[in-house]
Amino acid sequence: MTTSVDSERTVTVTVNGVLREATVPVRRVLSDLLREDLRLTGTHVGCAHGVCGSCTVLVDGVPVRSCLVLAVQVDGAEVTTVEGLAREDDRGGQVLHPVQEAFRECHALQCGFCTPGFLVTIAAGLEARDATAEITEEEVDELVGGNLCRCTGYANIKKAVRHAAATMRDDAR
Amino acid sequence: MTTKLFGEPVRRREDARLITGKGRYLDDLGAGALAAAFVRSPHAHARVTDVDVEAALDVEGLVAIYTYEDLTGPMAEPMPVLIPHPQLHAPRTGYALANGVVHHVGEPVVMVVATDRYVAEDAADRIAVSYEELPVVVGVDAAREARATVHDDVPDNVAARHHQETGDVEPALAAAPHTLSFTQYIERSACMPLEGKGVHARWDADDGSLRVHSSTQASTSVRAAIAAKLELSLDRVEVIAPDVGGGFGVKIVHPWPEELLVPMAAIRLGREVKWAEDRREHFISSAHERQQRQEITVGFDDDGRITALDVHVWHDNGAYTPYGIIVPIITATQLVGPYAIPVYRVVVESVYTNTVIVTPYRGAGRPQGCYAMERTMDRIADALGLDRAEVRRRNLITPDQFPYDHRLTFQDGRPVIYDSGDYPGLLDKLVALVGWDEAGALRADAQARGKLLGIGMALYVEGTGPGPYEGGHVQVLGSGKVLVSTGLTSQGQGHETVFAQIVASELGVPIDDVEVHTGDTRRFGYAVGTFASRAAVMSGNAVALAARGVREKALRIAADVLEADPADLEIDEGQVQVKGTPGASIPLRTVAVLSNPLRYAFDQAAQQATQFVTHDDSKPPVAPGDAPGLEHRDYYSPIRSTFASGAHAAVVEIDPRTWEIDVVRYAVVHDCGNVVNPMIVEGQVQGGVAQGVGGALYERMAYDGDGQLQNASFMDFLMPYASEVPDIAIDHQETPSPLNPLGIKGAGEAGVIPGTAAIASAIEDAVGRRITSMPISPTELYDLMRDETAERTAGSQQVPLQTGVPA
Repeated sequence: MTTSVDSERTVTVTVNGVLREATVPVRRVLSDLLREDLRLTGTHVGCAHGVCGSCTVLVDGVPVRSCLVLAVQVDGAEVTTVEGLAREDDRGGQVLHPVQEAFRECHALQCGFCTPGFLVTIAAGLEARDATAEITEEEVDELVGGNLCRCTGYANIKKAVRHAAATMRDDAR
Repeated sequence: MTTKLFGEPVRRREDARLITGKGRYLDDLGAGALAAAFVRSPHAHARVTDVDVEAALDVEGLVAIYTYEDLTGPMAEPMPVLIPHPQLHAPRTGYALANGVVHHVGEPVVMVVATDRYVAEDAADRIAVSYEELPVVVGVDAAREARATVHDDVPDNVAARHHQETGDVEPALAAAPHTLSFTQYIERSACMPLEGKGVHARWDADDGSLRVHSSTQASTSVRAAIAAKLELSLDRVEVIAPDVGGGFGVKIVHPWPEELLVPMAAIRLGREVKWAEDRREHFISSAHERQQRQEITVGFDDDGRITALDVHVWHDNGAYTPYGIIVPIITATQLVGPYAIPVYRVVVESVYTNTVIVTPYRGAGRPQGCYAMERTMDRIADALGLDRAEVRRRNLITPDQFPYDHRLTFQDGRPVIYDSGDYPGLLDKLVALVGWDEAGALRADAQARGKLLGIGMALYVEGTGPGPYEGGHVQVLGSGKVLVSTGLTSQGQGHETVFAQIVASELGVPIDDVEVHTGDTRRFGYAVGTFASRAAVMSGNAVALAARGVREKALRIAADVLEADPADLEIDEGQVQVKGTPGASIPLRTVAVLSNPLRYAFDQAAQQATQFVTHDDSKPPVAPGDAPGLEHRDYYSPIRSTFASGAHAAVVEIDPRTWEIDVVRYAVVHDCGNVVNPMIVEGQVQGGVAQGVGGALYERMAYDGDGQLQNASFMDFLMPYASEVPDIAIDHQETPSPLNPLGIKGAGEAGVIPGTAAIASAIEDAVGRRITSMPISPTELYDLMRDETAERTAGSQQVPLQTGVPA
């Protein structure tokens, strides 16, 4: 049996902690599901062929290029986008993720278009490591090495990773 | 004073929204808008013989298809030549949709509008365009030979012959103790912002008005172009640049075909229409820059001082010349850099090729000029056996020579007169910062590890902040909020922060009270655009002047209330107060309320300004020549550009087994006059250097002989990742500009300018072979090393060369 490109499926996915449902053509990619159907436009598409990393989101905690994943593939999964990095405090205010704070503090962004991809990738990487250990330069390079930025020259992005890791280490101690 | 913010590394106000996903980029707008997609030419040069849309018509969701036949009035005419010049003798521009002949791959032929982009592309795929292929011209050398022509009526492929000279170069060369002649090449790269172009248009049929968002660097001029092309009155069109995901020059070109076609479709369909460029479209239908062939003859004395310089450049301008000859002019005039050149002649022949148009990319002709001049310095040093830094030093313009008149005409039509600078100071700092004099030890260390090490440097002067003008408007609201607007656009530089710093400092208010808007014609209709490192210089000074106007008015009103002399008042933290008299003060927000005499008290604060509360009945509520409101609009229009400067040095290590080139040290000394925000300036420098390294070692547009771009993706066009960008050491020098009130010079483009020249110099130093074409890849370096006929530098004997890879 063949499936026509315009046949539709209903996708149920938890995005930033909220259960969402959308009926989409089977060929729709995840970045479009997020941006168009769920109106979460913080995820940006820079190349649409999986190289630049701007569109990176977390699927079940793992960074993926949302331009290369079909929406139907995330049925039942948990997706985290840049909009879901900050958490709410007790009074309903917003507490930025240490990586978000670090990007602002270290001037790690200029135009901001690639920034969401860096933020979610770095956040996932820092959360997966032992926060009490001092971050190494190899770890920093690894966390920033897969995404393109045309504005910053990366120096301040690397600085932000070190800054965020230091914050998370202080918090963990 | 607590509100002094000028010169401080204030954290950016833009960031709060951009790090939380709340930025508003073009493609984030217009939910539910119809989507446009384009059928583009697959041929570099061809005649369109037929467009068959039949098969597309039954695609469900198709709304409209437009070809050239559907264009009427000015839309059916060629696109504008934006910057005419007398020496641009054969300007050619394309059409919004191809009219008969296409001149490069990617040229738009058909526009499809449908319910979403997927459907629009489905329909576009089904449209069959027939072509009769024509001979193709690729590269400057093929253009020069002119065996084929790009435009039928331009038989030599030459669009412009730009010529400037400061004296009689031939006798000066004949009299020179030494001369050198050589030819070198530099290849194409491109801006490649992570966000491509994009346009969204909404037509209000009831109001007869059009609102366009465009990812542009020039919203006011896009507005004027749309009004002209679509035959609308200017007041019926508004153009807004939302958050823009990088520009670097490509978005200064306008109107792009899509900037006209999307609004046209929105009007005709009465629906919102949007187009967001995809990456392949950006590669093949936006703009590139940099390809030149440079023929250089230099005369110099025994000390290495240049006596005459004769440069002939062949510049590839692509298929059309919408942006005139700005890039050739900048190459021609900025080539001389920080040096005193007694006699200089330059000819730039700008030639057509069947490739994407060439328009400014960050640096805009300066990297090529710097490459020409700095490689000349290296040649002189090599010929005389002198240190490369010393040869440069001997040719530098000295601090006592300012203002220094090069007797050339710049891109703004005004003289190239350097306003201020300290070039020997830059060179001294660079030599210290990079460890120029310790290169021998580095080389020995590298050799011990089996590597070849080289060091190179390059200096530049950058004309920044060209006119004609920019404007600023500052308004204090009754709430105390200070609204600032300027028409010039932002692409991530941090203008909201920098302009807020300037206004907060000038006005004496907390920066948090200041809100800055850029690039929105609804707020400010007069502007030129963001290019040529001009935003801080032009709009920075304009908003400063506007803030000074507001301050003067505030002091005048407050002086009445406080019964004081305005000269005795100051504004600090948003309070107008009598200097040295605590308590004698009035909030600026109250002054704003009082500045607007009222009949109606629409809120509590407004009561203070109503007619039975204010009592002076001896004069009209609004004095002749005055105006209600605490606001001021002002413009900054410079007599000419201000000239920033800098010096870069690179240390490269080369592995003689793989010929991999690794930049192991990179040093920058930078002078942009007074610095508004050092954090932002350093960010600009770092980003520029990364692009410079990319342009020197990785990025090139690989066209084949048929005019097909072989690497039109991020997989194949190698932009630097973090792993390719070296650590950068930065030192500053501040030589204020005497030309503008704030003493500032531009900083946006500087970082990229000397990269190619400095890295070429370092590679040449490492391998002892003349580097005459940039960028250079490991493969090309390997081929060069195997080439017995490759020219060796005089210093090459000192470099033990071995290639670990058998020939």
